[in-house]
Amino acid sequence: MADQADFADFAMEHMGSLYTAAARMTRNPADAEDLVQETYLKAYRAFGSFQEGTNLKAWLYKILTNTFINSYRAKKRRPEQTELDDVEDLYLYRRLGGLEAAAAGRSAEEEVMDRFADEDVKRALEELPEQFRMAVLLADVEGFSYKEIAEILDVPIGTVMSRLHRGRKALQKALYDFGMRRGLVAERDR
Amino acid sequence: MDDSSDLSVDCQEAVHTLYHFLDGELTPERKANIQRHLEECSPCLDAFDFEAELKLLVARKCRDQVPEQLRIRIAAIIAKERDQRPFAPG
Repeated sequence: MADQADFADFAMEHMGSLYTAAARMTRNPADAEDLVQETYLKAYRAFGSFQEGTNLKAWLYKILTNTFINSYRAKKRRPEQTELDDVEDLYLYRRLGGLEAAAAGRSAEEEVMDRFADEDVKRALEELPEQFRMAVLLADVEGFSYKEIAEILDVPIGTVMSRLHRGRKALQKALYDFGMRRGLVAERDR
Repeated sequence: MDDSSDLSVDCQEAVHTLYHFLDGELTPERKANIQRHLEECSPCLDAFDFEAELKLLVARKCRDQVPEQLRIRIAAIIAKERDQRPFAPG
């Protein structure tokens, strides 16, 4: 049993991560603020049921995710796309490292990537259908394990892996398309 | 890229396992097998390096600063909640 008096000491430090996740989920700063606020209020009220010694960050994420799915998203009634085009493995890697990379040496692909604006990377992630976006967000931005993601999203580990695999490939394609539009990457023969 | 003996990992398997490796989700034995392959296969190593960098880049570029007024508002809401229901059970 966790003591509510300790809530602020332990939970507040995760606000940056929760706000980042909320911003990617809602794709809207005002909604992200409301979602984080609601999450903290619910978490405070339920803190007595949190098992001390278990993962507080994952517990907070589960509340955030459930709040988003149950109340926030339900209000929107946006039809959610659940399918993704099939994208090959190493999509981005295979398309970078053209003439420019060859001239500049081995780390050129990474340098190209670093020229992407934060906003473009955020948009690329936000364009993914929700279930894929959540998996990639939890794994790559927040560093949760497959098991933790499975618990947060309440799906089997196999589903987590499949969503991650397809979500990451789709993210790479979206990044490549942004790069093309921004003139950061050159079109290559496929 | 590699003429594999029976015990070794081939390129196809390495690429297939790439994200499980980067995500730290392999058993120590599987991880060691992949590492051995990467030591011998520079095309695969290059691809692994790229994907590892990309994972870091996505994490770095997708962060948002919490608006200060949100921090203040949440602290106030928790304080109010605490005052209203001092010993609320979970």
